[in-house]
Amino acid sequence: MKIDVQHVAKLANLKITPEEEKKFETQLSEVLNMVGKLNEVDTANVQETSQVTGLENITREDIPTQSLSQEEALSNATAQHNGLFMVKGIFDEE
Amino acid sequence: MELQNLTITTTLEKLKNKEISAVELTNTYLANIEKYDTQLNAFITVCRNEALEQAESVDKKISDGISLPLLGIPIALKDIFVTKNIKTTAASKVLEKYIPQYEGTVVEKLKDAGAIILGKTNLDAWAHGSSGENSDFGPTHNPYDTNYVPGGSSSGSPTAVASQMALMATGTDTGGSIRLPASFTNTVGLKPTYGRVSRYGVIAMASSLDSIGHFTRTVEDSAVVLSTTAGKDQFDGTTPTVPVPDYQSTLKNGVKGLKIGVPKEYFGEGLDPTIHEIIQNALSFYEKNGAEIVDISLPHTQYAIEVYYIIQTAEVSSNLARYTGIRYGNDRQEFGDEAKRRIMLGTYVLSAGYYDAYYKKALQVRTLLKKDFDEAFKKVDVMLTPASPSLPFKIGERIDDPLQMYLSDVLTVHANLVGIPGLVFPGGFVGDLPVGIQLLGKHFDEATLYKTAYAFEQENPFWKTEPKLLKNIL
Repeated sequence: MKIDVQHVAKLANLKITPEEEKKFETQLSEVLNMVGKLNEVDTANVQETSQVTGLENITREDIPTQSLSQEEALSNATAQHNGLFMVKGIFDEE
Repeated sequence: MELQNLTITTTLEKLKNKEISAVELTNTYLANIEKYDTQLNAFITVCRNEALEQAESVDKKISDGISLPLLGIPIALKDIFVTKNIKTTAASKVLEKYIPQYEGTVVEKLKDAGAIILGKTNLDAWAHGSSGENSDFGPTHNPYDTNYVPGGSSSGSPTAVASQMALMATGTDTGGSIRLPASFTNTVGLKPTYGRVSRYGVIAMASSLDSIGHFTRTVEDSAVVLSTTAGKDQFDGTTPTVPVPDYQSTLKNGVKGLKIGVPKEYFGEGLDPTIHEIIQNALSFYEKNGAEIVDISLPHTQYAIEVYYIIQTAEVSSNLARYTGIRYGNDRQEFGDEAKRRIMLGTYVLSAGYYDAYYKKALQVRTLLKKDFDEAFKKVDVMLTPASPSLPFKIGERIDDPLQMYLSDVLTVHANLVGIPGLVFPGGFVGDLPVGIQLLGKHFDEATLYKTAYAFEQENPFWKTEPKLLKNIL
């Protein structure tokens, strides 16, 4: 099984150097070969399992409580402006 | 102060009787960290001032006659538990400067119970790893032989407990990250039932598998801690309303009539014969004490590691997507190789065209794995297995071969996929290297694990065997 590392890296928002690409291609292909063993298992008519303790659709009362202050919420921000998180422009001109 | 045979229960007694003060105790543990940790690298952050402040307030509480389940007990937290105003890194450069604005539920519960936090322990970055070597802040060393790994991903926590740098330390177990290191370090490690302990405020790895547990020196100590940490939490929807029993009160119930299952698939070719012998000795012990040993089969076991590396990486890729370097943390470029590998694998198995072949298939086989256990637990009360097919390995031995490293978890991932509790406790030594025994139980039946392990520990107190390092330095 071959994996297109650059394509997957793009989907995952990671930047990969050409050396990394080669290394990861080998390593990830090995793991994919291993997990490919699951094809041996007959899963016709088998339901999928996403939770194992029987809890589904758990909700709680939506009661407003004390939350982080604006200052606290921003305390780990790499860049801020006028009390807001600052991010890079999405459009070219900005 | 002599710490050699101290446990949580005996320390509580000494504090209560004023044989020792919390400040004295805390200073002794801080001194041990100073003495041993240059060689072990178990801690990322030591909270000396905060710990001593807490200790002073504990001494005041004790003299006021206040009693709490962990009052004055010096503990450490895996550095993946967020702590308000204390740096929390997940051992990754992405979070090297992250100072959380809130406290996780378990940390709050431990503090409310009177525990004193000495520091934050090392781990494989983001809890990705089985050896402790994958930390951006350097590997942790096994205190029983510093050339060896302590196991991972919770590497610093059991190392701290085994080396008397803390009486208890927290861990997380997504595929064996508590049980494997417990086995490698002669400590007691509990992976509770999925949802038994709140995940709120623990940096997420794989959300359908993450279990929040702890390391202690003895089985009784583990029970005391679980009585504090377990329970419903409104901030984690996976915590059920199942009542939390007093785990300490049923410890001594014995194993007479207990049905112990031995799944044959856990004793395959790859199992080290010296480990097999230790497991056999334990089984003989239980038989002699009135338990019934039952041969069982979990036919899909051979697929557990494959299912795990699909589901886990899928969930990792989703959970780590939030690290964009905007609200907190550094840029995604700071992710190490292992995180990148898992993010990419997970992204791949979830991507269009591959979803059905990998992810959906894994969720279906997960159903079959669960059925195996449901069937087996109709015949037995608990299962006994090795925790690892091999002894602790040398630092550097598996680091360049991710696949080989992934296979370290072959006997532990199963429990996470089906959500059952697992307890690893000291089973003996091969030379200087510790070997743990794994018990697997029914959902929410940690009490049976505890009474089973307790019976063995009473006659085989391996926890008292100190690491070589401590003897050499003292």
